[in-house]
Amino acid sequence: MNEQLAFTIEVFANGLMAGVLYALVALGFVLIYKASGIFNYAQGVMALFAAMTLVGIQNGQVPFAHLINAIFGTEIHHFGWHVHSFLAILLTVVVMIALAWMVQQFVFKHLVGQEPIILFMATIGLAYFLEGVADLMWGSELKALNVCAAEGACLPQGMNLWLEGTTYEALGYGFFIDNLDIVATIVAAVLVAGLIMFAQYTKQGRAMRAVADDHQAALSVGVSLNFIWVLVWSLAGFVALVAGIMWGAKSGVQFSLSLIALKALPVLMLGGFTSIPGAIVGGLIIGVGEKLFEFLIGAPFLGGATENWFAYMLALVFLVFRPQGLFGEKIIERV
Amino acid sequence: MKYKLGTMAVATMMAASPVMADLVFPSLSYRTGPYAAGGIPFADGYADYFTMLNARDGGIGGVMTKVLECETGYNTEKGVECYESTKGEGSLVYQPLSTGITYQLIPKTTADNIPMHTMGYGRTSAANGDVFSHTFNYPANYWNGASGAVNYLLNENGGSLEGKKIALVYHNSAYGKEPIRTLTELSKKHGFEFKEVPVDHPGQEQKSQWLQIRRDKPDYVIMYGWGVMNQVAVQEAANIRFPMENFIGIWWSGSENDVLAAGDAANGYKALTFHGVGDDFPVFDDIKKHVVDAGNAAGAGDQIGTVLYNRGLYAAMLAAEAVKTAQEIHGVADITAAQMRDGMEALSITEEKMAALGLPNFGPSFDVSCANHGGEGYVGVTQWDASAKSWSLISDFAPSDMDVIGALVAEDSAAYAAENNIESSCK
Repeated sequence: MNEQLAFTIEVFANGLMAGVLYALVALGFVLIYKASGIFNYAQGVMALFAAMTLVGIQNGQVPFAHLINAIFGTEIHHFGWHVHSFLAILLTVVVMIALAWMVQQFVFKHLVGQEPIILFMATIGLAYFLEGVADLMWGSELKALNVCAAEGACLPQGMNLWLEGTTYEALGYGFFIDNLDIVATIVAAVLVAGLIMFAQYTKQGRAMRAVADDHQAALSVGVSLNFIWVLVWSLAGFVALVAGIMWGAKSGVQFSLSLIALKALPVLMLGGFTSIPGAIVGGLIIGVGEKLFEFLIGAPFLGGATENWFAYMLALVFLVFRPQGLFGEKIIERV
Repeated sequence: MKYKLGTMAVATMMAASPVMADLVFPSLSYRTGPYAAGGIPFADGYADYFTMLNARDGGIGGVMTKVLECETGYNTEKGVECYESTKGEGSLVYQPLSTGITYQLIPKTTADNIPMHTMGYGRTSAANGDVFSHTFNYPANYWNGASGAVNYLLNENGGSLEGKKIALVYHNSAYGKEPIRTLTELSKKHGFEFKEVPVDHPGQEQKSQWLQIRRDKPDYVIMYGWGVMNQVAVQEAANIRFPMENFIGIWWSGSENDVLAAGDAANGYKALTFHGVGDDFPVFDDIKKHVVDAGNAAGAGDQIGTVLYNRGLYAAMLAAEAVKTAQEIHGVADITAAQMRDGMEALSITEEKMAALGLPNFGPSFDVSCANHGGEGYVGVTQWDASAKSWSLISDFAPSDMDVIGALVAEDSAAYAAENNIESSCK
């Protein structure tokens, strides 16, 4: 196989995988925006908070240990046990649901009917507050994240040797695909399928869609806005946890994890803020687009490091021709 | 009347006995924000060393020390605010801990006659004290690091890098670009092929860069990374099965934080350093006894011996030694910032002095002078042992190529002097 063609296919495939990871982050934004019209600036911090909580629970870390020790003069840091990954994920989900309830109860319940910019500002405040709480709860140090089903059966990392060997034998060039990216793709597919099924076939899901379509109409038929928004924030919290696990497994759990939100913005601009399939397709287009551009033009002719700005430029081009994004709902204002 | 008499008595007592103010060391720390994982141990090491001096020696030359911590969050604007709010407190020397803050403070510290120490970061050409009168970057700077890496590889390859391919994976910022010129010059000198691979901030996604490395197959990769970029790069290098022993990071890519996330895959990764690693030095016994056990540690006391804690401690030690030098020069214990600058400019670190301080072979010996604010630029190499979860120094602190670096420093500092109408300060 022609070497340049092989490289291009490899870059394309890895772009798709990267796109899935971007889409995982974008999904959380979409869920909240679709149901409540809130652009949740705190989504990246929620991923950080969820990942930190997961590692903290796994390691048996005492939350707020530094604070407790400072106040009471104690020296406690760990409970002395290690929690299995599945149970830790379950407990983290409970924490994210509690967070969703608190966010709704103490913040957004009091802001119903406010301008979108006010709601957006509230999420900025929430992001910084949550970052501070995460710091107090679990500390600032970097933590390695390892989600394991059993001893030795953890999230895989590194090159898929089977794929490399097979493609080498068949095409004369062994393709690189990261095992973690393959797992992320499967997880994302299951997640999206689950979210779509939940929205289509459950009572709560239908209520969620009703609220997304028209708050007033949903209220008039007895749908509890309060409950639906807690539900939506909980789902966004769960998606944030999944994104936090996938990104955190690669880089360790640290405060920079909140910056993954930057990767979701061009995906949202392209795919639309209100469409779950849009987040996926947008993620794939951005992932493939930026990787191919870097490989074919950026690195050879522009000195490299073009991915960040190219992703936004690509999204901007789509915005010019389709302001609501590829899958977004067209806004028609009637006089 | 009684009030007046009392006031007079107090005033007389104050005039009769000399008042010793503290020796103030501002610490522009970043314990919060995306880089907190690195900022905390440095700030702890810096503070703990001064706490130990107070508890063990009664300060420096009989004057107690005081660390004035100000949180920057690694933000340049906040760093400048910290400088402005602490410079009036008798601050002796600033360690900005950020290249961005350093660039902002170079003219300010010069105007305010307060020295600044940018150890292993900041403006590299500040090594020329003739132009940068108040900025010091001993014992090593970014260009020493680049040259140190090449010298190490020369040793590994029997003195020749002819025909070898070296890639630089760098943070696409002013900091990350620092070694490019040096490595370009060194590639011409030693006949190796040099390839640049930039990574955009923050560096959480580096698939393109590492696929490029997989295709190009360089013999060695040097990394000038920062924050999350380091952890992802180490993981991606492991993913493409790049040999870790051929992967060398600058000292800001060589802490425990940078390798722990990758687990066993990071085993063998190397990093440059200008100070010792681990806690097997007598000074740490004193830190434990006088600081940690006494309950006066700046943090939880669990960072001792980590790379960045040691760096903070080393910075504090160099500041304390400069104070002693200043006290000797000026014959006063309670020195001013201007006198501190004189002490830094006359600083001489020898192995005997280091051993006496409980830090034998912890760092290179070097001398500072009016013209040379950067020392001799000695650089060592460390290697990560993933099973022991520890770094070990695998080389001596070796000299860098000052023929190449000296010329670059002279060129860059001359341009700065011309831009800012700076006259020679070492006449």
